[in-house]
Amino acid sequence: MKLKGKYFKNIILYLIAIIGAVAMIFPFLWMVSNSFQAHVFVITYPPKLIPDHPSFDNFIRAWTSNNFQLYFLNSSITAIAATFGAVICSAMAAYAFARFEFKGKELIFSIFLLVLMVPDIVTIMPKFLLAKTLGLRNSLWGLILFYIGMNISLNTFLLRGFFESQPKELEEAMVLDGANPFTVFFRLALPLAAPALATVTIFSFLANWDEFIWALTIIDDPLKRTLPIAIYSFQGQHGTEWGLTFAAMIIALIPVVLIFISLQRYFTSGLTTGAFK
Amino acid sequence: MNIGFRAQRRILPFVFLLPALAFFVVFQVYPLLKGFQMSFYHWELLPGRVSQFIGLENYINAFTDPIFLRASKPTLIYALVTVPGQMILAMLAGVLLNALPRGRVIFRVLYYVPVITSWVIVSLLIRYLFQSPEGLINYFLVNVLHVAKNPILWMNKASTAFIPILILGIWKGIGWSMVIYLAALAGVPKELQEAASIDGANSWQNFWRITFPLISPTIVFTLVMLLIGGFNVFISVYLITGGGPMQQTEVMLSYAYHQAFDYLDFGYGAALSYTMGIIIIILSLLQIKLFRKPQEVYA
Repeated sequence: MKLKGKYFKNIILYLIAIIGAVAMIFPFLWMVSNSFQAHVFVITYPPKLIPDHPSFDNFIRAWTSNNFQLYFLNSSITAIAATFGAVICSAMAAYAFARFEFKGKELIFSIFLLVLMVPDIVTIMPKFLLAKTLGLRNSLWGLILFYIGMNISLNTFLLRGFFESQPKELEEAMVLDGANPFTVFFRLALPLAAPALATVTIFSFLANWDEFIWALTIIDDPLKRTLPIAIYSFQGQHGTEWGLTFAAMIIALIPVVLIFISLQRYFTSGLTTGAFK
Repeated sequence: MNIGFRAQRRILPFVFLLPALAFFVVFQVYPLLKGFQMSFYHWELLPGRVSQFIGLENYINAFTDPIFLRASKPTLIYALVTVPGQMILAMLAGVLLNALPRGRVIFRVLYYVPVITSWVIVSLLIRYLFQSPEGLINYFLVNVLHVAKNPILWMNKASTAFIPILILGIWKGIGWSMVIYLAALAGVPKELQEAASIDGANSWQNFWRITFPLISPTIVFTLVMLLIGGFNVFISVYLITGGGPMQQTEVMLSYAYHQAFDYLDFGYGAALSYTMGIIIIILSLLQIKLFRKPQEVYA
């Protein structure tokens, strides 16, 4: 009797969980479904989840039209370069905060944290003027360098916590053996920090891959667009052709989903170190 | 030539800090200070023209600007609706998933998908679903649920145009808080709850008397983070309504952005942004005070 009650309770729980999952996923299913409907100029009414004549036509057209491959390349270059730069710089800085004593250490760290709290869009006008002065408008460098700046304080904060949680003994032993601090950092501390580095790399990469406002602000040249801007303007040009827009969105989402699924555990660990430190 | 050991030890930390510090100072700190300066000027964009110092005029204008004042209302509504909305649904989802005997991971992944999807994609997607008259939401309301007689023209009125923005804000954020709550719930000792059950507490009492007090620091943490994120609302408004109809759904940051990049009034735009920024910084300081260490909203 009691067992039966528990069985029933579990069925209800799963049912609610599934309803929740459908609510979270349904818009994406709808997007995928529509992207397989070729040449949807007018939205079919009543709407259909399973297309009558599914085809890859939208994906082929999206991929081959409007410099889309170039935008994909621009996004890849920008996100990879900015993520790499931000992670290496902030790992070094975090190591300095965690392992060395120096004047003004906590003050500098507090400034990092305070600036971290200011939303990027608050300073977008002075940043725009700076980019203009430095000749970084309409160039991927303008994206990469500013993205590194935007990523650094958060990464440094997260990585400092990680380095501080690691024992010092191995590093000290290596120093006694005559290794210089850079060897210790690159050969020992950094490899040991691989899980934490994976976490900040994922978060930086996603932030850079998806960044919209800054790219919208400094990129006018259609050849320098990244995917978020491309999708945004795609939608403008092909206003009624949602199938095409959705195909473009799905292509942009593929790297994100791949990273998310393969590195799922790092997402949770990154979030929770943030929350419980 | 060897540098002395002491000198080396003094320089070394800065060698490690230098790359990060250089990016940080040039691309973060400098713009922050520059923007603060700009907010006190009638800022001239054209080369050769001299910007004029006007003291607090931009700020005074901000507080008497009917559109900016009106923009504070959607901003507040957004924060007051989406923050509790996300927290309550995320807590329900967290407790639910925590109670599942198996399959927790797959549900966690599914609930987290909106979090990792970019604002651009989900904003356009929501706009598509809420299209009028033939969007999917209208189809459900009129033909399936029969709660509306005619398709709702969502974008024609400010009150209805803001609904997709609010729904998006809640839907996209549930997974984030939920993952944090799940981790907190996992930290609640099972023995305590079992002991309470033996003493006759039902699960409702168990949650409010045992679990809730234990995870309340986490709840306050998400509250502050979501409030900061809420005041930060921009992309969804920019892409779903564009501030329309007639600037009625304009939020504070989208209005500031339009002032700067459509009307090229950088000084005023900066003053508007900093007014908003100060509110967010106060919230952040509150959060540092509460938690000693600040955090950041991911994705």
